[in-house]
Amino acid sequence: MSGMVDLAIDREIVIDAPADVVWRTITEPEQIEQWFADHVELDVRPGGAGTFVFDNRGGDRVVTVPVVVEAADPPHRLAFRWSHPEGRSPVAGNSMLVEFLLTVEGAERTRLRVVETGIEEVQWPDDEKARYAEDHRRGWSVHMGRLADRLGGARA
Amino acid sequence: MSRDDDDHLWSAIADPSRRRVLDRLVRGGAASASAIAEEVPFTRQAVMKHLAVLEEAGLVTRSREGREVRFAVQPERLDEATRIMVQLAGEWDRRLQSIKRIAEAAHRNASRASGGRPERAR
Repeated sequence: MSGMVDLAIDREIVIDAPADVVWRTITEPEQIEQWFADHVELDVRPGGAGTFVFDNRGGDRVVTVPVVVEAADPPHRLAFRWSHPEGRSPVAGNSMLVEFLLTVEGAERTRLRVVETGIEEVQWPDDEKARYAEDHRRGWSVHMGRLADRLGGARA
Repeated sequence: MSRDDDDHLWSAIADPSRRRVLDRLVRGGAASASAIAEEVPFTRQAVMKHLAVLEEAGLVTRSREGREVRFAVQPERLDEATRIMVQLAGEWDRRLQSIKRIAEAAHRNASRASGGRPERAR
């Protein structure tokens, strides 16, 4: 990471359970309701749609977020887009891509990595994208990195 | 800072084209929409739209200099954006912890239900 804070979030955890158990935890609606949203509908197939409803812990503001599955390769990879702001259909350009990557570390151990990014949405040609990524590293990220360094301990 | 403000700020910076406009202002200092449009691969009209969203999110401010309208970054708001990134990472850490707890409990229960694995059998 070289001290750089990018606009991608990349976290991981090691779980003492087989990959298929972890896969079910992150793909079955009634399980997702235990760790993410309050009400979940999800069709776990590429192109499958769904909704995540956030009750906001009993608050008066209920947020309904449309979700579209981009990739589902059990039990290795799940990718879905969720839209910001709410109410719009999530397509490249208005949404964040959340990607779960499962790595088998043993019969009863799985490494789960989550990457959330908006970078993949970039809609210009690949060479432009590479140039942007370079600009991005030099400019914004350096700036963000400095700011994050000032925030110090707040960074996980 | 309200949750609505956070959403505003987040959706403003989540868009890569808008970040590009913002990058330009961070690196090159205050500029007009026309000047920005010369350095990014989209039209002045698109740049104006992005600037309007960034302004609404408080990330840039506009000032008039003669006949020109110039846009500048609001550093405090960028700090806020960084704070949100840190916060979002923290939210994912909490979700991953929950997934771990749920999956491990499900695995233990399944092992027990199937008579347990040899090393766990009594």
